[in-house]
Amino acid sequence: MKIKALTRATSSYQAPGSDVARQPRNLDPALHPFERAREYTRALNATKLDRMFAAPFVAQLGRGHVDGVYKLAKDPNALDRFASGSGDGVLKVWDLPSRDEVWQTQAHENLVKGICWTHDKKLLSCGSDKTVKLSDPYNSTSGSAPLATWLGQGAFNGITRHRTEPVFAVSSSVISIYDVNRPSSTPTQTFSWPTSVDTITALALNQTETSILASCATDRSIVLYDLRTASPLHRSVLTLASNAISWNPMEAFNLAVANEDHNIYMFDMRNLSRALNIFKDHVSAVMDVEFSPTGEELVSASYDRSIRLWKRNEGHSRDIYHTKRMQRVFSCCWTPDNAYILSGSDDGNIRLWRSNASARSGVKSARQRQALEYSDALRNRYKHMPEIRRIARHRHVPKQVKKAGEIKGEELRSIKRREENERKHSKKGADKARRSDREKMVLATEK
Amino acid sequence: MAGLETHDLVKANGEVKVQKKRGPPTAQLNKEEAAALAKRQAEASRQYGRGRGIDTKSIKDKKIRGSLKALEERNKEAALKAKDAEILLENESGFLEPEGELEKTYKVQQDDLRSGVGVETAKKGFELKLDSMGPYTFDYTRNGRDLLLAGRKGHVATMDWRTGKLACELQLGETVRDAKWLHNNQYFAVAQKRNVYIYDHHGVEIHNLDNHVEVSHMEFLPYHFLLATIGNAGWLKWQDTSTGRLVMEVGTKQGTPTAFGQNPHNAIMHVGHQNGTVSLWSPNSTTPLVKMLCHHGPVRSLAMDREGRYMISTGQDKKMSVWDIRNYKPVHEYFLRQPGSSVAISDRNLTAVGWGTQTTIWKDLFSKHRSDISEQVKVQSPYMAWGGEGQTIERVRWCPFEDILGIGHNRGFSSVIVPGAGEPNFDALEQNPYENPKQRQEAEVNQLLNKLQPEMIALNPEFVGQLDRTSHAQRQAEKDLDRKSGVEAERERIEKLKNRGRGKNSSLRKYLRKKGNRNVVDEHKMRVLEMREEQAKRAKEVKEGRGVGELGPALARFGRRGGG
Repeated sequence: MKIKALTRATSSYQAPGSDVARQPRNLDPALHPFERAREYTRALNATKLDRMFAAPFVAQLGRGHVDGVYKLAKDPNALDRFASGSGDGVLKVWDLPSRDEVWQTQAHENLVKGICWTHDKKLLSCGSDKTVKLSDPYNSTSGSAPLATWLGQGAFNGITRHRTEPVFAVSSSVISIYDVNRPSSTPTQTFSWPTSVDTITALALNQTETSILASCATDRSIVLYDLRTASPLHRSVLTLASNAISWNPMEAFNLAVANEDHNIYMFDMRNLSRALNIFKDHVSAVMDVEFSPTGEELVSASYDRSIRLWKRNEGHSRDIYHTKRMQRVFSCCWTPDNAYILSGSDDGNIRLWRSNASARSGVKSARQRQALEYSDALRNRYKHMPEIRRIARHRHVPKQVKKAGEIKGEELRSIKRREENERKHSKKGADKARRSDREKMVLATEK
Repeated sequence: MAGLETHDLVKANGEVKVQKKRGPPTAQLNKEEAAALAKRQAEASRQYGRGRGIDTKSIKDKKIRGSLKALEERNKEAALKAKDAEILLENESGFLEPEGELEKTYKVQQDDLRSGVGVETAKKGFELKLDSMGPYTFDYTRNGRDLLLAGRKGHVATMDWRTGKLACELQLGETVRDAKWLHNNQYFAVAQKRNVYIYDHHGVEIHNLDNHVEVSHMEFLPYHFLLATIGNAGWLKWQDTSTGRLVMEVGTKQGTPTAFGQNPHNAIMHVGHQNGTVSLWSPNSTTPLVKMLCHHGPVRSLAMDREGRYMISTGQDKKMSVWDIRNYKPVHEYFLRQPGSSVAISDRNLTAVGWGTQTTIWKDLFSKHRSDISEQVKVQSPYMAWGGEGQTIERVRWCPFEDILGIGHNRGFSSVIVPGAGEPNFDALEQNPYENPKQRQEAEVNQLLNKLQPEMIALNPEFVGQLDRTSHAQRQAEKDLDRKSGVEAERERIEKLKNRGRGKNSSLRKYLRKKGNRNVVDEHKMRVLEMREEQAKRAKEVKEGRGVGELGPALARFGRRGGG
């Protein structure tokens, strides 16, 4: 008779005197009952923990500004330098690691309407005092005089720089292109749409397709220009004016505009007659919008005193950030490492937020990282389950915003109901075709 | 990756070989390679897969098809990787094999085994002579390390049975009917004369569960932290041992239960009754989920295999029957010379049945993949046997992860070596027989964090996270508390038919033509036929103009005349 019985040595699992225990695994499903239920429970716990650890606000930078912060700009050549401009014409430069001010100057007599960094780390700013100023925060002391000044015909509203060439564009009622190396010169080029005379409120040069320039004006239009042909390309008029434009850094042909009608519209620049996506959640005008460096997400600042974060391909925000003391938010931007968000608001503070509310920076052990990845995968797998979805989606929203959202929803529903009723009771020939929400707001397109 | 062996990756001197690329990543496999890979994939999916995959070809939506395809691909790869990880399993199961035709495994005695196996293993077969307090029931912890002994007359003891170290010993001085470990070796529950008590590892009474009255059987559901008890009155109760809440109590209404067991696969409780039925209970329903008639006469004991596919029950009718509990069909019946008092199924599907003074161990009573009943063979002779020395067997249980069968009887407790019974490779993150106190504490915290809710107990444990396919209409109908059912619903349906029958080709006739030609004459059909006749009669009356007279002379000209 051949006989063999199971035998294991205890010492092979934990050697005597050592505190290291070996943990063998066996992946046989029979040894792991209730797999689904246990995974679901873990996913639920992970979701709850995620919400428990959600603490988006990190800190405010220094002591902020005396007046409201209306513009923020990041230095594309540095991870840690940011500039902010406020309503009293003061420019400040911030260092992110120390969260403190490193440089400041009284650049303008009035509002600072636009800031941008040049590629040699100098700071351009424009204001409603009809000047553009160039200063050097890296190599000069606070309060030093500007390196160069350009004088324009009217108040400037926005400024943007070219990706490679020493050229910047500013907007007033026209768009003027200046050369950085020729101080106090006249513009090298000026653009405007032939039939429009209104103030151009924001403009942005595409940083990938470097000669494409987009602008929006108070006449509710979005206009695209090409620097190579020195001509406007396309104009489309929306129902309300837009406040800011941002190009997607990864998909060079997509742009997002922050609109007064509480929505953000994402367009393909080849087809401005229809939005690619509409981001609806704000209950007041959207003042600023920016794509994340990965091009996957957006951040928007709104007049309803909140910041919202969006996924590029979803219609509603994934998160809302607000504090009790934050007033109307006029500007926001991502840090270049995609991990943080800065916001500048009417109360003069610049706030630093995490882009992922429950994420924590710092070195993680391999085990911790693994556990986080595992719980992320589980949350993703069971995200459709009602309870998990409810917990993951729940956000505390300020009372005013919630109330305004409810009223807005009611209004929209009643408008829709009325349209449907009109459609139902009008004559057959009348043109009452339903239009997609994505093209409804485009009133006209011109080429 | 097909046919990957360790020597493919590592040289004899331990140096890791650098794999050369055979071709571009999209290069076609040659025929043999492809066949080998397909075979390996099939094997892996069968063993480690999660059932039949989704047929992605029939899905029209491109996005869904794409994501499902990726998912299926990942699942396949996971199965293959799990199969590859088998080279890391370090133990092989035991066996007992005859070397010639004349040798029979059931003739092997414990003495032969003790001399045939290693010293360490031989020590695991032992006897505890406890003559005065018996008969003894007992329970192993889930990792098989600790043993809880409970004598009928009130003697309770816990011990680390491998080292022979006694942990605590109690003389309760009253009847003890059952004893059960809770989630680890720190707590145990004892069903005493009147109530159930929970003790800690020092033997200190910490809880008195006074709403469990005269409990005769107990089971502990480790993943749900539920202690399920049933007593003389037939009330089945689930108590949450982590929160102390009584989750559910339900009367079985079948008198005193005779057998009790849990299905480790789906945490459903099986209760054997006096009349030979076995009913299946979950804490989410007040009626049994399933009732099976298993025996003529009381069910004496029952056991389920760890994958929840088969149930083995013994009855007073001296039979032991194997049931497929996926479709509730019998597989085979075996005769015992006396009613089986206790039955248990080991991790590797050995079945121990105690009857009278004997214990018999059967092998291959059922097999995992041969689900078709016609393919299940009836086993002719047992695998091993023990006893016949005058001890009346009270309970048999397998020790997890060991080749050991514990037998409690009226003269104490015997630990018997049965080669090939235990799962050789444990998963330390699930159950660790060699855990240290630190690991035990950590595991307890993890267990509590991953505690399953009682609502998740269902016949199919995989229902969690799946789409509820019942239609919206059906769910709404179920929500409607005023809905009609049975006869009433039938009547309403017929009423509807009747009212619609206006034309010559009435809906009643259509109904009869479509549905009525089956050779079943039931109440429903009778009623329809009756109404059809009535309708025909009325039509005839109208046709013959008998109705005209009733209208009176003035209105008669508006009446329909026959053939008019």
